[in-house]
Amino acid sequence: MTQIFGDFIEELPVKPEHLTIQFFPSSVSLKQRWRNNGLSADFMADYFATFFPGDENSTHKNPKQAEIKSTVSYIANELLENAMKFSDETALAPVTLTLQMQQNKITFTTTNTVPPENVDDFQSFLIALTTSDPNELYLHQLEKNAVDDSMGSGLGLLTMMNDYLAKIGWKFQTTQIQPEVIMVTTMVQLVL
Amino acid sequence: MVKEIKTDDYRIWYDSTIETVTCQGSFRLTGMQEYAPIVELLNEAATQESLQITLDVRDLEFLNSSGINVLSKFVINIRQQKTKQITVRGSDDIPWQEKSLRNLQRLMPSLQLEME
Repeated sequence: MTQIFGDFIEELPVKPEHLTIQFFPSSVSLKQRWRNNGLSADFMADYFATFFPGDENSTHKNPKQAEIKSTVSYIANELLENAMKFSDETALAPVTLTLQMQQNKITFTTTNTVPPENVDDFQSFLIALTTSDPNELYLHQLEKNAVDDSMGSGLGLLTMMNDYLAKIGWKFQTTQIQPEVIMVTTMVQLVL
Repeated sequence: MVKEIKTDDYRIWYDSTIETVTCQGSFRLTGMQEYAPIVELLNEAATQESLQITLDVRDLEFLNSSGINVLSKFVINIRQQKTKQITVRGSDDIPWQEKSLRNLQRLMPSLQLEME
């Protein structure tokens, strides 16, 4: 079974040049991994920022390079945090994050498992996310969180769409029937 | 009175003599549970009997979405008191601030946002 939500490109060609991080979410404790998220995100950001070198003769910081670095770091970190928080740890499947650069855009692709019992709620959230005005939904979520955010802030994807104007899509695939394993691929496209 | 939380990654302190909360470093904590001490400090600052408070994030290099949630809650807390004003001081040199700080103003239109 395959289901698609949002802006998802099924046949995204994998460029020979890309950067992938892969790990097993069950191998170390969440807190320790959390620090790795930041380190991984910063590494990816530093790596991609080198494709946008500044004017070597200029003494000023290159604003474009700084912006790309900050944006890649933010989005990669949020995607890794989500993959950690929401993976099905019993499935023993890896989390991967791949970054690749096309002419005028950067594409982030994350794959992780989702516990089958959480899929309905997750998909309902994605339907709301892809059919509402992200601007309004974002403010609505902030107000809602001020009263109760016990279920997590729900802001990672919304900030990517609202503040970074990212296009996001999701693909759900059942990769194993017994026991059921569901993989979700999240694709974030960022126009530079 | 100065109340402070300092770790390897970040520092936040509230100085009641100048009614200012200053955040520095990187807020990348695991969900709301780990943010609890920061939320507590912000709640304490928000409920002081003063008419004005400043949130200085000029040296806050990084903030994850849970951190955005924390700062938003702080602003909503101030807004709900109705009599208090808030100024947020940010930096144009830190790209996330340019993208995300204006949302605080949308939560509370009278919020003064000073970017430098």
